[in-house]
Amino acid sequence: MEMRAVYANCLAELMEKDRHVCVLDADLAKASGTRGLYEKFPEQMFDCGIAEQNMASIAAGLASYGFKPWIESFTPFATRRICDQIAISIAYAKQNVKIVGTDPGISAELNGGTHMSMEDIGVLRSIPGIVIFEPVDAVQLRAAMPVLNDYPGCVYIRLFRKELPDVFGADYKFDLFKADTLRQGSDLSIFVSGLPTVDVLAAAEQLAGEGISCDVINVHTIKPIDKESVLASARRTGAVLTVENHNVIGGLHSAVLEALAQEKIPVCAVGVPDRFGEVGKLPYLRQTMGLTVEDIIAAAKRAVALK
Amino acid sequence: METNLKEICRDIRCDIMTCIGHLGVGHVGGCLSVVELLAVLYFDAMRIDPANPTMQGRDRLICSKGHAGPAVYATLANRGYFDKKELLTLNQGGTHLPSHCDMNLTRGIDMTTGSLGQGFSCAVGVALGSKLEKDGATIYAIIGDGESQEGQIWEAAMFASAKGLDNLIAFTDYNKLQIDDTVANVNDIAPLADKWSAFGWHVIEVEDGNDVEQVSAAVAHARGNMGSGRPTMVILNTVKGCGVSFIEKLGVANHNTQVSEADAQRAIAEIRGEE
Repeated sequence: MEMRAVYANCLAELMEKDRHVCVLDADLAKASGTRGLYEKFPEQMFDCGIAEQNMASIAAGLASYGFKPWIESFTPFATRRICDQIAISIAYAKQNVKIVGTDPGISAELNGGTHMSMEDIGVLRSIPGIVIFEPVDAVQLRAAMPVLNDYPGCVYIRLFRKELPDVFGADYKFDLFKADTLRQGSDLSIFVSGLPTVDVLAAAEQLAGEGISCDVINVHTIKPIDKESVLASARRTGAVLTVENHNVIGGLHSAVLEALAQEKIPVCAVGVPDRFGEVGKLPYLRQTMGLTVEDIIAAAKRAVALK
Repeated sequence: METNLKEICRDIRCDIMTCIGHLGVGHVGGCLSVVELLAVLYFDAMRIDPANPTMQGRDRLICSKGHAGPAVYATLANRGYFDKKELLTLNQGGTHLPSHCDMNLTRGIDMTTGSLGQGFSCAVGVALGSKLEKDGATIYAIIGDGESQEGQIWEAAMFASAKGLDNLIAFTDYNKLQIDDTVANVNDIAPLADKWSAFGWHVIEVEDGNDVEQVSAAVAHARGNMGSGRPTMVILNTVKGCGVSFIEKLGVANHNTQVSEADAQRAIAEIRGEE
């Protein structure tokens, strides 16, 4: 099932249970998968039209009235375009608004550079009081949705909206503030969020065949980062690689570096090399941005060699 | 009531001058221009309870021109939300009264504002919330004339009328001045009434927005539009720095200006008619 379908189904369940849960769109409900909810929830679904600033501040006003609004758009318009509205109307004013940005990083594909946010996590990570969450599969997203809805504050959800292979099984237990270990190893810690997670698992499998065993840790919550898990793994393996579908400046790599600032542990990065996006399909963009399985394997070996 | 309101306006003006004079600097011009409106709202129009500032279904005021915070604080203190002595803490470190309105710091403040344009959208969200709750509240919002240059104001205006938010009554403090120059010289917002009208709002123009009787009548008129399916904009032609002649004379320089304790005393004497 597509991630947006899982997301929309979860929202429908939440709105069914609580009339104060509501959703605001800026003419991208179809893209977010929520257009079909308008008929069933006419008093909980609001399309603001193409006016994201207004949408963000209206959501803050609704939150001040006891509602639990979710706002949706593509990642660049849900973050950098409305950065001040998020900072002031929502975060500074301590309003309970959930912000959903779809099509993160290279997943904007054919919409190209204008719609391809490589900086959204960096933009929001420097604003106090915002939890930043990036789901890795449908299992995790389904487990997370009620937790996010109940969290009494602003959360940014960086949502890949198409289908993703399952990383977790049916027995998965979600903790918003705890990173998930997907694979255990002793030579290298790989911290990964979002889309490249399956590529990291493939890379770890190949590296194991070459005698390098990896911890693979899915950091679904980039802020606040699970510093305890990051430190524990990094100290045990002595080398670190971060992998993300985001600029290497400001996102997961930066967050892990901050967590490890007092440690003498080498940290290498796979991520977008401080550049804008461009049009293309995922395989082309992975190649262009250096996000392939081969790139991950090469960076892993560099990190281990630095020990 | 109007005589009483005039006295209340004098008290609010004196308190604005006292707290800004105590601090030495502040947004004095745009505070003095909205005094009559605040007096009419908080002492007459609004369904509120100073003893229960978070009362469900209360009427709310969102001062989107957040720099008029000191005027709102002076009004709230006079209305009994907190002790007037607290006004002297304005903008001191650790105060509950920051230069721009903060709902998490100040008893009686309904929305955090200061980044211009945003408070008005928040007010639209609040008005939508009230409609959904069917609690019958009236939501009031104050916009600056310079603030009306923000695109977000017009995004919010469009949405409010499209969604029929007739429980929203907004005011433009049309004092014609902004920081750099006159509004007309910087980036003219005229014809303002036509703009709001074109956006689907009822528009009421008040010739003298510093006359409590005219403001009272306009607010009553605006309240009469509730149930019409359209929000109302009341354009208040005001004077920036109104009521203190040496502040008025500063013109565009009175947006954020130094005020000494002696200046404040001189202003208070003028307001009280002792000069």
